[in-house]
Amino acid sequence: MSTITDTHSAPAAHDDHDHHDHKPTGIKRWLFTTNHKDIGTMYLWFSFAMFLLGGSMALMIRAELFQPGMQIIDPHFFNQMTTMHGVIMVFGAVMPAFVGLANWMIPMMIGAPDMALPRMNNWSFWILPFAFLILLSTFFMPGGAPAFGWTFYAPLSTTYSTDSTALFVFAMHIMGMSSIMGAINVIVTIMNMRAPGMNYMKMPLFVWTWFITAFLLIAVMPVLAGVVTMVLTDKYFGTSFFDAAGGGDPVLFQHLFWFFGHPEVYIMILPSFGIVSAIIPAFARKPLFGYASMVYATSAIAGLSFLVWAHHMFTTGMPTFASLFFMYMTMLIAVPTGVKIFNWVTTMWRGAMTFETPMLFSIAFVVLFTIGGLSGVMLAITPVDYQYHDTYFVVAHFHYVLVSGAVFSILAAAYYWLPKWSGVMYDDFLSKMHFWCSLISVNILFFPMHFVGLAGMPRRIPDYALQFADINAIVSVGGFLFGFSQLIFLAVVVKCALKKGEPAPAKPWEGAEGLEWTVPSPAPYHTFDVPPKV
Amino acid sequence: MNTEKPDNTKYYVPDQSIWPIVGALALGLIAFGAGHFTIEASRQEAGFGHYVLGAGLLVLIIMLVGWFGDQIRESRAGLYNAQLGRSYKQGMLWFIFSEVMLFMAFFGALFYARMIALPWLGGASNNAATGAILWPNFEAIWPLTLTPGGTETEAMGWLGLPLINTAILVVSSVTLHFAHVGLEEAKRKALTNWLIVTIVLGLIFLGLQMYEYVHAYRDLGLTLQSGVYGNTFFLLTGLHGIHVFLGVTLLIIMLGRVMAGHFTKDDQFGFQAAAWYWHFVDVVWLILFVFVYII
Repeated sequence: MSTITDTHSAPAAHDDHDHHDHKPTGIKRWLFTTNHKDIGTMYLWFSFAMFLLGGSMALMIRAELFQPGMQIIDPHFFNQMTTMHGVIMVFGAVMPAFVGLANWMIPMMIGAPDMALPRMNNWSFWILPFAFLILLSTFFMPGGAPAFGWTFYAPLSTTYSTDSTALFVFAMHIMGMSSIMGAINVIVTIMNMRAPGMNYMKMPLFVWTWFITAFLLIAVMPVLAGVVTMVLTDKYFGTSFFDAAGGGDPVLFQHLFWFFGHPEVYIMILPSFGIVSAIIPAFARKPLFGYASMVYATSAIAGLSFLVWAHHMFTTGMPTFASLFFMYMTMLIAVPTGVKIFNWVTTMWRGAMTFETPMLFSIAFVVLFTIGGLSGVMLAITPVDYQYHDTYFVVAHFHYVLVSGAVFSILAAAYYWLPKWSGVMYDDFLSKMHFWCSLISVNILFFPMHFVGLAGMPRRIPDYALQFADINAIVSVGGFLFGFSQLIFLAVVVKCALKKGEPAPAKPWEGAEGLEWTVPSPAPYHTFDVPPKV
Repeated sequence: MNTEKPDNTKYYVPDQSIWPIVGALALGLIAFGAGHFTIEASRQEAGFGHYVLGAGLLVLIIMLVGWFGDQIRESRAGLYNAQLGRSYKQGMLWFIFSEVMLFMAFFGALFYARMIALPWLGGASNNAATGAILWPNFEAIWPLTLTPGGTETEAMGWLGLPLINTAILVVSSVTLHFAHVGLEEAKRKALTNWLIVTIVLGLIFLGLQMYEYVHAYRDLGLTLQSGVYGNTFFLLTGLHGIHVFLGVTLLIIMLGRVMAGHFTKDDQFGFQAAAWYWHFVDVVWLILFVFVYII
């Protein structure tokens, strides 16, 4: 069996047995690639660059908030920072990181030679640098970058926004196309490219969670495209979707946005569940407890995610019936999530555990994500949400699930699979340093935000009342510590990329399971030209 | 998955291609150009936006021609296998699903405006004060011929042109099905003729739709600016119109391929995808006709 290749000038089918690890060289390898590993690598580097960029914006925010009063940046620029930090982290850092992991791992995990639609795969990736260049170019426009928050609520984004809105909208459009194409690729790969015998209930959970994530992406990214289009026409073409004078309603914006937005937050956490479900069994040396229940719980979370969007809008004056409906639906999500946490803990129960860096990040994920989940249940309670809404309590909540949740799981995944990607073991000392620095600083950074939030400090403000000063100073210190801790990770990754380290065996982790460990490290350019037997 | 199928043991991984990154460049130029063009047009200033947008569209067309050309050549050279065919079909169906969700967003806006926003502005539910104090003379009716802000318009009826257009699209779905039957039964003449009929019907639809827009602007005073009724009317029919245009374009490409002798009973993905897209566009129109025009 062999790969069939062709060239553009002279398409011809030929069997080529020497083709096995042939790889194109130079810049063309990256620009024109159809290789899922190359594309995965580009996604991961892009995401890391965006993570550092969005992180430096967060540090600007924290520097300004270190003391009350206005010191460093003016309020309008502060708003641009909060907006761009959010947009970059959501669409530029977390989502592309997961897509990068999906590209690298899903074909290897299901025994496929590549993604189902490799050229479209490259298209999805290369749209992103263009989209973010456009977004970043708005900093140089009169009026600056978007300053309406990553949620771009109307009328902030319509009546009161600067002209960067048009570029924001079109950048969002092409980003959305990239996400939809990436998701279609993932879903088709999983449905159609599995090796013989790899039936659905044998797939690794990372594949399962991405399968469901891809479905969510295809379902909600078009809604985002719709809502940004309405913002565009409201601002520039005189429509009044979000303007009461024309019969519209600004609350309609929030309904549409959060119909996208809530599934979106699960898009950013479901693949994490898959990662942690791969790592914890490997280092507990026990099979995952309750594989089937994990699959069903993930599906349940995805299904419920379409029925909870208005819990972001309890203070908009919805009818009580609607508030109650969304409150109960939201609290229901705690049930499948609880199943997952129970399963992870039970997997570790009486396991022969060791604490390599991927495991440390995974355990931290389970604990800290649970904290973020529990504050989510608090926020779901309609009457008390009136107190929490739009305060730092919300900021603390979603950073616990996104930073110590999603980002920690991405770091865990990176450490877990770096030996497979690079062929060398990462620097153990530096990685442990990275873990402990991140773990401690992330809690200094986000835990005190709960307290200022409960005490009434609103989010997205450049200045605040004096009684919040001490806690904000602590939070800022934590922010800088966390930010600079990530440079340790950069050092670890660069060392691996330069092949400085112990050569990694095909399966560096004793308890690891899965097809990706049956191929050598580093993984050959083409894996599974012939489907493996499962 | 059909694990028994022999072709599954032979994977196909396409070679490197220049077109994806050209496509990304095209979308980048289009987004950047459209953004600046929108800003400049709204200020009625001269600028560079339309040049960038035009360049982007040009690059996009070059990319589409090049990429589809490669695909067609490779497919004709017999490089593809049944597994890849399944990937394409599934990919197309998921793409159509994403389009459904895009229309859902606009239908959602329509339903919300009609069922919730307008009645509340008129004082329904617990909004008596909103009605009485903010918009005292506003009456919540649909079609919204007088907005709370005082913009007047006339409603678009559903008899006449819209009904004719509905009939045209429904018939075009049937004629496309006849073309597909012709393909399945290797009756090339029937295939070509029915495909031409479908394309002509699609073009007539687009022409009538444009005429309807002129009628709306000139005779009814129904414009994109006339409140949420005009907004939903033009965005839903406009979005649908763009999809009809895309569908007709696809069908014209397929007609060219049919005339060049492409497609057989077993090798018809391009035709099938275009046909699915066309049927999808028709179904959307039926929903749109009911909710935008009739009810």
